[in-house]
This record gives sequence, structure tokens and C-alpha cells, in this order.
Amino acid sequence: MKDSLVLLGRVPAHPDSRCWFLAWNPTGTLLASCGGDRRVRIWGTEGDSWICKSVLSEGHQRTVRKVAWSPCGNYLASASFDATTCIWKKNQDDFECVTTLEGHENEVKSVAWAPSGNLLATCSRDKSVWVWEVDEEDEYECVSVLNSHTQDVKHVVWHPSQELLASASYDDTVKLYREEEDDWVCCATLEGHESTVWSLAFDPSGQRLASCSDDRTVRIWRQYLPDNEQGVACSGSDPSWKCICTLSGFHSRTIYDVAWCQLTGALATACGDDAIRVFEEDPSSDPQQPTFSLTAHLPQAHSQDVNCVAWNPKEQGLLASCSDDGEVAFWKYQRPEGI
Amino acid sequence: MVGGGGGVGAGLLENANPLIYERSGERPVTAGEEDEQVPDSIDAREIFDLIRSINDPEHPLTLEELNVVEQVRVQVSDPESTVAVAFTPTIPHCSMATLIGLSIKVKLLRSLPQRFKMDVHITPGTHASEHAVNKQLADKERVAAALENTHLLEVVNQCLSARS
Repeated sequence: MKDSLVLLGRVPAHPDSRCWFLAWNPTGTLLASCGGDRRVRIWGTEGDSWICKSVLSEGHQRTVRKVAWSPCGNYLASASFDATTCIWKKNQDDFECVTTLEGHENEVKSVAWAPSGNLLATCSRDKSVWVWEVDEEDEYECVSVLNSHTQDVKHVVWHPSQELLASASYDDTVKLYREEEDDWVCCATLEGHESTVWSLAFDPSGQRLASCSDDRTVRIWRQYLPDNEQGVACSGSDPSWKCICTLSGFHSRTIYDVAWCQLTGALATACGDDAIRVFEEDPSSDPQQPTFSLTAHLPQAHSQDVNCVAWNPKEQGLLASCSDDGEVAFWKYQRPEGI
Repeated sequence: MVGGGGGVGAGLLENANPLIYERSGERPVTAGEEDEQVPDSIDAREIFDLIRSINDPEHPLTLEELNVVEQVRVQVSDPESTVAVAFTPTIPHCSMATLIGLSIKVKLLRSLPQRFKMDVHITPGTHASEHAVNKQLADKERVAAALENTHLLEVVNQCLSARS
């Protein structure tokens, strides 16, 4: 199982600091990293190695916690502990900060672009989730402030094809939001985790959502529409979400990130025990009660906590990871034979 | 971070008459420790030596003198790179509990090799909000953000500075 994940290379992305998050651009040619050194770095390949193509250093006064590329690939958003979100416009190898979104009362923990490219979501320790609209002139307007969570909101992610937003929180829940008559509302709350939920990932179809937590489990939730065949109760016209699988006993510390490969369906996790793990769904399992098998487990993938794992959107099996040790690593994953 | 930001050194003390405990003596040096060839493994006494002199934010006393930290409540495994410290606030509603826990955490983060995983929590049953305080101390993102707050960092550094 160790051979199913092979190291391709490492870069000291945020020296003397920690690297918090990574994001591949939509074409899979660039990787953005961000960290405690308040910088964002853009990495690209040159032959067999990864080199730093740009450093975005004037944007933030404190740690940059997350970065996200717009669906068109021309913009990058960065969320920071300085309570702002910067929007950077790409011009070949240069990035220029074109707007700074303000409003959150304290640290911004996550930022995500909707697949349409017209909406952006941010979330913060101030317990709120903000939805922003962007128009053709690159003007951003906050259209909704959602105060459903009772604690620090750690992560936001959009559904791959619908305008459905999901958030993960220190209050141990996951919440889902959609637009209803010109305003955004919380349409579902997923309970079950026993501690902070750190991250979320939708599967390629958008029918399932994976969440990972400080309770050392990964949970898979499935959406059931009203009048579904399985008889899962729904309230009104809102879909219902049910936990259909829990992966427990695999991780020995907090799981900081989960990533669902849009090409192959493989699930990768980033853990505070310094390891990277990959799970795959058993092909013969029941879609309503799927089982997942551990297909890769690499202890000491990094010398400290792994904070993020990110599958390349175009190149199958290419996985990037980053750590408290400040490094970014690149891996080749191959599903082992006979599983 | 939970409360406790402004209470240092001003107004009435929460616990005006704390119990004061005797300090344990210096540790005797063993032959193995003197041998340069044998690497020293980190043990509970060493961790205790790091945290015993941390100043209490309110009283001119150390955490050892107030029995907030005790060697018996330190658990270390060098081969597994884990450290667990249970600390006992002097009173169950101590509003300084998060700050004390944070100071212990910072001292360990600054002193131990990076491979160590550190768990700092309240001795079970000794504080009214122990779950809430423990959860904050265990959340490395919250700790990192708190330490970027210059005022809070100053207060922590004061707790960690040697008493004159």
C-alpha cells in the first residue's frame, strides 16, 4: 500500500513557516500555495521539477489560510486571518490584486468560487458565511450574510454543478445553503460528527458529500430528493441528506482535509499524524450503503501535520500535499492491483 | 479566544489566597546523561522543567508553586513523539485557564523538536468550562490566529519570561 503513492518531488514552499492550503488551477498547470508567511506562491513545471513562478506578497498582513481559483482560471482569491479576502487577476506570470473584500469581523477561514464564476463564498471565525456576487466589470457585492452556525466556520465549498453551498464548522456540523426567492437560506444541517468539521468535498456527480473532522472520521453524506425511492423523509421541497458511510479507525489524529478526485472518484485525506491516505469505493457496494477500502497509506508523508491534499484536475493520479513543515509534495497515485 | 484578555494585573484577584506549593529540587545527573554518545530522550521531568517556571498571569508565582502543573500530570513518549500535559486551574471558574493553557502550549512549541505532537488540557473535573477550553487549545488554527494578535502574544510572553 505504500507503493500505491510514490513521491515525485518536494519544494520548500513556505520556509520557516507552515503551508496551509493548495489549489490547482482549472487546467491543472499551476498550483497555488499559501501559508503563515503571509504569502501566496504559484508553482509550475519546468521539465521534471516544480518551480516558483510568482510570489504574491503585498496582499495580506497576516496568515493566508486558503486560496481558490475562479472557474475561468484568470482569478485567484486568497482568504486571510487579517479578515480580508483578496482577488488577484492573472496576467501571464503576474498577479495583481484588483479588489479586497472586507466585512468579516475576524479571521477569514475559507473562500470558494461557484462553478458559474459569478458567485463567491467566504466564511470566518465570526460564525458567518458570506455570499458575494461578481459582475462583468469585476465589481463584487455581498448579497447575503448567513448566520446559521453557532461557532467558527472552517470551510466552504460549492456543489460542482448546482448553486448549492456547503459549510463546515467548529460547532461540529455541516450546513447547506441555496438561493430561495432572492435570498440565501440554510436548507440542511448535517449532524453526526463529534468534533470540529475541518473540510468538505463533493463527489464528481455532486450527489455525495465527504466531510472530515477532529473526531478522526470521514463521513459520506448522500442527497435524497423528495419522493425518493428509498423512502428517506424530506421536509417540503428541500432534499434531505443522510450519512451513508463513516470511515473510522483509520486516522490517529485530526483529519484536516479531504479531497475527492473528479477524474477517478478516489478520496484522499490529510491528517495530523503526518500521513496521507487514499480510499476507493468498492465497485460492488450498494450505492445507499457504500463501503470504501484503504488503497494507500503513507505514514510520514511529511515531517509534521499534513494540512491539505489536492488532486490535479486533469492528470490522473497526480496529488499535491502540504504541511506544517512548510513543504509542498507531489505524488503519483496508482490504485493497487487486486483491490 | 475565550475571555480573559483584559483581566491581567488589574482590580480584584479572582483567587486572592492561593495555596502555594514547595518547588521540587534540581534533578540529579545520571551517568547515561553525561555520556555524549548516548542521545538524551525527552522525559516527563524535562517537560516539567520547561513549564514549571511559567508565571501565573495574576499572581507573582509560578505554575509549579500554584500546583497548576505537576510532573505527575505530564505524559511523554519520545519514540512516539507525543507529549500530554494536564494543568489544574486554581479555582473552577478561573477565567485565565485558556491563557495559562496557551502559555504552556507556546512554551512547548518553542522548546521541543518539531516532530512532537502536543496535547495541553485541563485536569478532568477541575474547571467549569473544561471542554470549551480544551477544544480551543487543541485547535491549531485558533492557536495560530491567537498568536498573531500582538496584544495576546505580549501577555503570553510575559508569562513565559523569567521573573526578576
